[in-house]
Amino acid sequence: MEFLTDITLLLDSTLRIATPLILAALAGLVAERAGVVDIGLEGKMLAAAFAAAAAAAVTGSPWAGLLAGVGASVLLALLHGYVAISQRGNQIVSGMAINIAVAGLAPTLANYWFRQGGQTPFLTDTQRFGAIKFPFANELADVPVIGHLYSEILSGHNFITYLTVLLVPLVGWMLYKTRFGLRLRAVGENPEAVDTAGISVVALRYQAMIIAGVLCGLAGTVLSTGLGAYFIRDMSAGKGFLALAAMIFGKWKPVPTLLACLLFGFVDALQGRLQGVELPLVGEIPVQITIMMPYVLTVIILAGFVGKIQAPRASGIPYEKDH
Amino acid sequence: MAAGAKKLPWWADGLLLPALNLLAAFFVSGLVILAMGENPLEVLSLLLEGAFGFEEGISYTFYYATNFIFTGLAVSLAFHAGHFNIGGEGQAMLGGLGLTFAVFMIGDVSPFLSVPLAIIGAAVFGGAWAYVPAYLQAKRGSHIVITTIMFNFIASAVLAYFLVGPLQRPGGQMPESADFPESSSLMGIHEMLAGLGINFEEGPMNISLLIALLCAVGVWFLLWRTRFGYELRVAGQNQSAARFGGISVSRMTIIAMMISGALAGMMGLNELLGDQHRLVGGFTQGYGFVGIAVAFMGRNHPIGIIIASILFGALYQGGSEVGFEISSITNDVIIMIQGLVILFAGAMPHLFKGLLARIAGKLPNRSSV
Repeated sequence: MEFLTDITLLLDSTLRIATPLILAALAGLVAERAGVVDIGLEGKMLAAAFAAAAAAAVTGSPWAGLLAGVGASVLLALLHGYVAISQRGNQIVSGMAINIAVAGLAPTLANYWFRQGGQTPFLTDTQRFGAIKFPFANELADVPVIGHLYSEILSGHNFITYLTVLLVPLVGWMLYKTRFGLRLRAVGENPEAVDTAGISVVALRYQAMIIAGVLCGLAGTVLSTGLGAYFIRDMSAGKGFLALAAMIFGKWKPVPTLLACLLFGFVDALQGRLQGVELPLVGEIPVQITIMMPYVLTVIILAGFVGKIQAPRASGIPYEKDH
Repeated sequence: MAAGAKKLPWWADGLLLPALNLLAAFFVSGLVILAMGENPLEVLSLLLEGAFGFEEGISYTFYYATNFIFTGLAVSLAFHAGHFNIGGEGQAMLGGLGLTFAVFMIGDVSPFLSVPLAIIGAAVFGGAWAYVPAYLQAKRGSHIVITTIMFNFIASAVLAYFLVGPLQRPGGQMPESADFPESSSLMGIHEMLAGLGINFEEGPMNISLLIALLCAVGVWFLLWRTRFGYELRVAGQNQSAARFGGISVSRMTIIAMMISGALAGMMGLNELLGDQHRLVGGFTQGYGFVGIAVAFMGRNHPIGIIIASILFGALYQGGSEVGFEISSITNDVIIMIQGLVILFAGAMPHLFKGLLARIAGKLPNRSSV
């Protein structure tokens, strides 16, 4: 019975941890599919986390937080788009610049507004996206297996986690079933062809950046107002980069990317559960070793299981009409 | 490159454009400072005073600059080989670890023994830490940007493991090692100057600055005066041309990244042997990332990197002095300015090129395309 509880808790936290990863990975996927490499997911997430927590704290509404978070992320996505698309600058440098600038700006503003050493105030339950209990979750909790699954794992997540579950098929549908999606994929593979067909490469790429901005904004918002209850410095803790790795592991496709994010979420949840636990044979694993697990796994996956893979052909390459 | 069709004179391209980009970054930073209700000009004058206004301040400015020369050269060397080494932070941490092992192994014998071995320890550990991502990039095509970032996280866990475990100061509670043997300390520049009969206030600036400058000369020589450097740059510019010319791109990737890692690893000489005299958790303080800003600000040329390092050294030292006067200007503001400098100087080097060309009247007004 204790084993079952362990598994339940593990799967429950897998879903929680995977939520921002999935959203950020989808953001990276949409941008790269359109030909813009976005190493700045980390910074956008952090900016959104700060803006959401700050707006929710000031207005008392998580919805205002959501709006602010998404807005901040979209602005940064457009800035990155301006560098990548209009200025034809180096996209990796731009992404890193955004990451570093936000890592400084967010705690600066937090400190200036709230005077709590670079944090935002603690959000109360009404100011954040709390757990949504499914109907009869409490009544069914004692039914073996199914009741457990329903009430402990599926029920009780926040609004954005459930939204994420809908967004994965939605992004897939947009990419593969709509004309816009076809064009978006084409502009990442062969912008010359799109241009020849009389469709604006620039406009398509900016549109992709806005979509990526919204998705990444949700990822940041859920960090500070769904999973957590305030903003602290560096709270994105490399999740933007893990998301990029998951996207590569998922070969730039929504469903495999989702699975990769769930795997990362699981490993992270597992490392949390393993801290300070005595294991048979090996004994207690030092906390520093468990902390490395998701990062080591990322490297192993990138090296061993992905191998040489094909990114969208034109991703990272600025488009110039006068070739 | 559309805007580069006609060339600006070298001084406009090499000096004026970076200066304009820097001004733009400072202008935006000024707006943020203004929005926080502070006077940007007052902040600037406090900053300059703090960085250059007194001898101890100057010493700190060059002390920070030393770190940035190491990490900036590291980023730039990898960049010339066509790779983005974002792992300077982790490589510096491992370099610090290697250096610590070296000085404790030698014990308190002689600086002529422990300092060279510390340099080797730092370079070897830093280079080895860069080897794995480089190998994976070269042989498996694993995205080096992501793997080097992952290696930063792993490095900080490794460092933490040693500092709360085997290397922790006996009986200590903090994540730090015991003090280094006395003879491993690097000589301060003020001591050197005193030897020459020049009186300079005591400060943290030490002979690692000279080692860093030597490294800059070395990198310049390697890149532009040797066959190896030529091959490295060809591999970075055009992989298929390199292969056609018989250059092994994967070999270049691995060697360039290892030298890059070794340079980043040597940052610990300045921080640890020069000032702290013990291994401290988190001693890298994000200086590995500053290397990115420095490399791009300095146009990936050793002379530019030295100038940019002094600039960033001044920003760090001056910034902390500003923090004493105006409490809302913290280290975070400096990090933000750094990000903006990378954005303007690194990612948009041609932002003002069209404008400049038009003003110079050298180019006719180009209607777009």
